[in-house]
Amino acid sequence: MKKTNQMKKIIYAFAAIAFLSFAQSCKKDSAFLDKQPTSTLPIDAVWKDPNLVLTVVGDLYDRYPDYQTIEAWWTFTDFDEGFASASGDYFRHQNLEYGYDAWRYWDMGTYGYIRDLNMFIKRGQESTALKAEDRDRFLAEARFIRAGVYFEMVKRMGGVPLITTVLDYDYSGDPSYLQFPRAKETEIYDFVIAELEAVKNILPDNPSVQSRATKAAALAMESRAALYAGSIAKYSNSQLTLPGGEVGISSSLANGYFTKALAAAKEIIDGGKYSLYKKNPNLSENFAALFTDKGNNPEVIFAKDFKLKTNKVHGFTIDNQPRSSAEEAQGGRLNPSLNLVQSFEKLDNTYASMASVDGGGNPVYYTNITDIFAGRDARLAGTVILPGTQFKGKTVDIWAGYQLADGAIVTGDNFGQNKTNVLPGNAGSVQVVGADGPVDGLEFSAQSGFYVRKYLDPATGSGQIGTRSDVWWIRYRYAEVLLNAAEAAFELGDASTAANYLKQVRDRAGLTTALTPAQITFDRIVHERKVEFAFEGHELWDMKRWRLADKVWNGSNMSAGDFINATNIGSATRTSTQVFGLWPYKYYNPGNANHLKYIFKVIKPSRVTAAHRFRIGNYYSSIGQDVLNGNPKIVRNPNQ
Amino acid sequence: MKIRFYFIIGALIAILFASCKKDNYDAPEADFNGRIVYKGEPISVQYGQVNFELWQSGFGNYSAINVNVSQDGTYSAKLFNGDYKLVFSPNQGPFLWRKNAAGKQDTIAVKIDGSKTMDIEVMPYYMIRGATLTASAGKVNAFCKLEKIITNADAKDIENVSLYINKTQFVDGSNNIATQQISGAAIADLNNLNMSVTIPGITPTQNYVFARIGVKIAGVDDLIFTPVSKISF
Repeated sequence: MKKTNQMKKIIYAFAAIAFLSFAQSCKKDSAFLDKQPTSTLPIDAVWKDPNLVLTVVGDLYDRYPDYQTIEAWWTFTDFDEGFASASGDYFRHQNLEYGYDAWRYWDMGTYGYIRDLNMFIKRGQESTALKAEDRDRFLAEARFIRAGVYFEMVKRMGGVPLITTVLDYDYSGDPSYLQFPRAKETEIYDFVIAELEAVKNILPDNPSVQSRATKAAALAMESRAALYAGSIAKYSNSQLTLPGGEVGISSSLANGYFTKALAAAKEIIDGGKYSLYKKNPNLSENFAALFTDKGNNPEVIFAKDFKLKTNKVHGFTIDNQPRSSAEEAQGGRLNPSLNLVQSFEKLDNTYASMASVDGGGNPVYYTNITDIFAGRDARLAGTVILPGTQFKGKTVDIWAGYQLADGAIVTGDNFGQNKTNVLPGNAGSVQVVGADGPVDGLEFSAQSGFYVRKYLDPATGSGQIGTRSDVWWIRYRYAEVLLNAAEAAFELGDASTAANYLKQVRDRAGLTTALTPAQITFDRIVHERKVEFAFEGHELWDMKRWRLADKVWNGSNMSAGDFINATNIGSATRTSTQVFGLWPYKYYNPGNANHLKYIFKVIKPSRVTAAHRFRIGNYYSSIGQDVLNGNPKIVRNPNQ
Repeated sequence: MKIRFYFIIGALIAILFASCKKDNYDAPEADFNGRIVYKGEPISVQYGQVNFELWQSGFGNYSAINVNVSQDGTYSAKLFNGDYKLVFSPNQGPFLWRKNAAGKQDTIAVKIDGSKTMDIEVMPYYMIRGATLTASAGKVNAFCKLEKIITNADAKDIENVSLYINKTQFVDGSNNIATQQISGAAIADLNNLNMSVTIPGITPTQNYVFARIGVKIAGVDDLIFTPVSKISF
């Protein structure tokens, strides 16, 4: 009897389970299979909430292209601004020529990015749930970014296929309707300028918005793009043209572009919302702080921002901090070159080499190690950590050794090495080389005699791997707007307007004797951008648009004579193919009046073995063979 | 058990050897070499800076084989047998490459079937004639004439003429210990160019240098050179 009861219970239980599971399967297939994913958001859900759209826009901003940036210090050493004091990067000074594929920006990723932007714009236009003002701002931002991407492409590749809609493949086996030819170079520049004009009044006109698109950011980009197009037209070269106009701009269009560049720059200047950074009366400190001060910085128009304690931090300070005071056992990688250092003018607006020797070839003795750099453009000490100057309150220790009375050199091969009984009349142990070097071939030592200062974060912990730095990368700043305006006005023949804009930038650098309109030349404009924008990623594009790159980086090697009493420092076409350095030595000759004074020697780091050679075919990067194979309508760039 | 173990090893070795045979190609064996010439005279260029492209169609991945031209104008490549198309890309070398009817760089069909020697005829902008390089009193003195070969609409001016000397046999703008340059504007007579450069101190000491003259043509990347000559002093 009991057993039967038990049995019954089991049967009931089975029945219940069976019932439940059948009832479950009675649901429709779609209700069971179509689940909302929990790891991604569906498109229509995103477009309901401005905060969610912002995360998408954040991703689009994050993919904005840069070539030289503080996240890639080594790119600054590819030309003549700096030496790479890291053993994995010496090759940058040992390759004679640049590959035709260098700086290429045209691949699946690039057009994938453009597709994402086009898709974002299309969905934004279709969405109805957002407030109109939110939606319009997002759309304007995406168009701003898209204009920036096309600008980046045109300056590297020339005209590219201009895709502004979302293209989809229909799996018909015939992709030819997706194959677009390259647009003309002018068409891309015109598109960029027109897009920025169209969105500038939708974007907020608010100088405290610095990491998102604003009216001023759009105008700054417009002014830069128009200036590039104008100078490409003006300095056009018959070899750098293609019959279809994919590369090359007619010189008759130059003035039109310069007029647009000037107008866009003036709109920012006349708006009066931005100004040059002038918080610190010490002009060099002020110039250095301009790049690291993120609180109410009136000069920054558009920047890539970083934040501590997130994964958006960078290691520029770790990589490049002075080795002697470094917070980790590394640093010192990016060494500004003597080529750059001697470009900084003297305060009377004249150019001069660093006075290592006098006119007769005899060494000049300096009581203080910094004396040789005195009386120069304040931007020099704001851009470069000179021997004997300070970073984070600690003096860098850069000196290469002792020179004895007979000319013999006493030095070491490690940071701050001590040697015993090496100096005449001194049997004790002495330090024979600076704690920051320079030691030739020793990575992280100041092999050019200098360390970089621009963008180096003065905050404690910025040199630690566990903390890193949140200094931002400034893409557009007010000084560039002024110099764009000056250049455009100069090219339009209005030298007095140019002089006026140039004066504001030069005053901030302590060059208070204003250049007269008659003194403004093309070479002056080239020089001003070189010293103001060192390590800001302008050099390659400037040299390309002025068609100066093949003259300055012409593959001829240089000698120390080019850095001693040189007379052509202000020349825009001066050869600068190899990076040189300037090493301080202590003169050791007890009893002599010059005992323990400093002398300086121009040196070429031994790791610099080749002279850079920029060929005509480098002006526009080559198009990948995969792109050419996939689309027969694409024509190759000239001279490759 | 032991026997089976050896058997497995034996089988593995057999498989490995078999696969070595099956899926590897032979290395390319045909030599393709020759010189870049103008009317039979080789054209000297900078080391590693001038190359031409060989294209072979019919295989999946369509891309060029680059062949470098040496200092003395010679080249050589190891190739598979087959049909190739040879072309200099625009602005390679100090010469003009002929164009086809469409205005594109024309190609030369090259059939490789065993080793082959072929001189490639090009049209240089200028030729350096009658060059003499001698040493005297711690200097290298050079004399040469320049003959303008292309005189039609494609003609180009001379940007500069340089005399280079170096310790080693690689002598050009990037590899030199001393150089003397005449700018194109300063050339009065193309048939009478004289240059002279002081030989700097060389460590370790050697009693010879290598020298040659290079001509930079305006708007052309690559220079045309004289052959390298070793000069004892």
